[in-house]
Amino acid sequence: MMLAGILGLQYEFRWSVLWESPYGYWLLQGFKNTIVLSLLAWAIALLLGIALGLLRTAPWRLPRAIATAYVEFFRNTPLLVQLFFWYFAVPQILPAGPVRDAINSLNLDTPILTLNFEFLAALAGLGVYTSARVGETIRAGIQSIPRQQTEAALSSGLSLIQVYRHVLIPVGFRIVIPPMATEFLSIFKNSSLAVTIGFAEVTFQTQQVNSYTFKGLEAVTAATLIYLAISLTIAAFMNRMEHRYAIPGLIARGAVRE
Amino acid sequence: MAAAIEFKQVNKWFGKLHVLRDITLAIQPGEVVVVCGPSGSGKSTLIRCVNRLEPIQSGDVVVLGQSLTSPGVNFSQLRSQVGMVFQAFNLYPHMNALENIVLAPMKVKGLSRAEAEKIAVALLERVGIPEKAGQYPAHLSGGQQQRVAIARALAMQPKIMLFDEPTSALDPEMINEVLEVMTDLAREGMTMVVVTHEMGFAKRVSHRIVFMDEGQVVEEGKPETFFAAPRSERTKLFLSKILVH
Repeated sequence: MMLAGILGLQYEFRWSVLWESPYGYWLLQGFKNTIVLSLLAWAIALLLGIALGLLRTAPWRLPRAIATAYVEFFRNTPLLVQLFFWYFAVPQILPAGPVRDAINSLNLDTPILTLNFEFLAALAGLGVYTSARVGETIRAGIQSIPRQQTEAALSSGLSLIQVYRHVLIPVGFRIVIPPMATEFLSIFKNSSLAVTIGFAEVTFQTQQVNSYTFKGLEAVTAATLIYLAISLTIAAFMNRMEHRYAIPGLIARGAVRE
Repeated sequence: MAAAIEFKQVNKWFGKLHVLRDITLAIQPGEVVVVCGPSGSGKSTLIRCVNRLEPIQSGDVVVLGQSLTSPGVNFSQLRSQVGMVFQAFNLYPHMNALENIVLAPMKVKGLSRAEAEKIAVALLERVGIPEKAGQYPAHLSGGQQQRVAIARALAMQPKIMLFDEPTSALDPEMINEVLEVMTDLAREGMTMVVVTHEMGFAKRVSHRIVFMDEGQVVEEGKPETFFAAPRSERTKLFLSKILVH
């Protein structure tokens, strides 16, 4: 049917489904839920990821081993399976009792969104998965700094913690702004998988509009444009960050020239 | 007077490679010692043991009266009294020259920014580039970067300065500007250990030359006798190779 529409055969466009009540409101709700889920998951991913990345470069063996195991586990299993784990498996692992009941029946209206278990599972899945990837990016950034840089700082009397604080973190984090931008973009796009566990984000609402109106082409177009708008905004923001925090003369901007 | 640095039968291995063999050497306060030798002879490793960038496996190193092998040594406190200058400069790329210099005095010694900057400005004057205070490392020439690195080390008011091939990465015309700063420092009485192939500097400035090969001190002596009448065959061979040009 959609293909026919594109070829101009029998499909009747009805773009107004995108703003008619209640469909326009659904899409708006979905947009808001996508933003809230992605930003909160990004906050978790950044906090955990930075800790993981730093521990993986530090000279303490046990924390480094734990961080490595965490990263390798969550980075090397599919996000979809991880979402299913948080949504379907975790409630069953929990001992039967008031905690499990509370989680299963959670449905709390807050000013920004409806707090339910679908949201919590999506948040945990997306945050933890992305934290492993962020951790790997941070580790690569720190390790790309020549070892002698650390030696120079240590030899001036700074402690290892101070070397991280004043040299390795500021330099390493600047180096990884471009790959971090990619992770930040990915988290918005990956949040669409939350549709599979019933969280009402944009993709979910698009499906709803399609089910009620059979106007799939319009609905999917709307979703596409919403994701594209979010991504381009984030990309522009991260691009500004990259320029603002560029290390003078160290990182080449623009194209490589012959 | 107690030695500033004392190596006592120091042995060090990298895996199976025996890089320092039974080194015994004392360096007096105010003395300028040049360490030379072929590549891989252990000379860089030797001076890196002084501020414990390299741990040793046996023997002892005593720096400013402090044994580095005794338990509970405060390495940060020790390193704040021993400045080090590297071949690759290793300035912090995200900080300008002034910020590079004030970091350790502020964070290790707890000086205020104003106090630290006062020292930094005076040091940049002393190494001859006061106008470069606001420049980032990538915008400085190699010689200028190395002079900032020397100023950065001096800002901690160290009692000992270690130089690890400070001019090896520099263009010929920049070598002199760095050597001049080092010569001034030597004349002011700083205790210095310099790993270098600059034999002119060794002749003019050093009090003693230590020649190393295969992890051992092969020969040491005053510059006059070292160059005019080297005792060992290995030293003669080395000198014949580096003095031709």
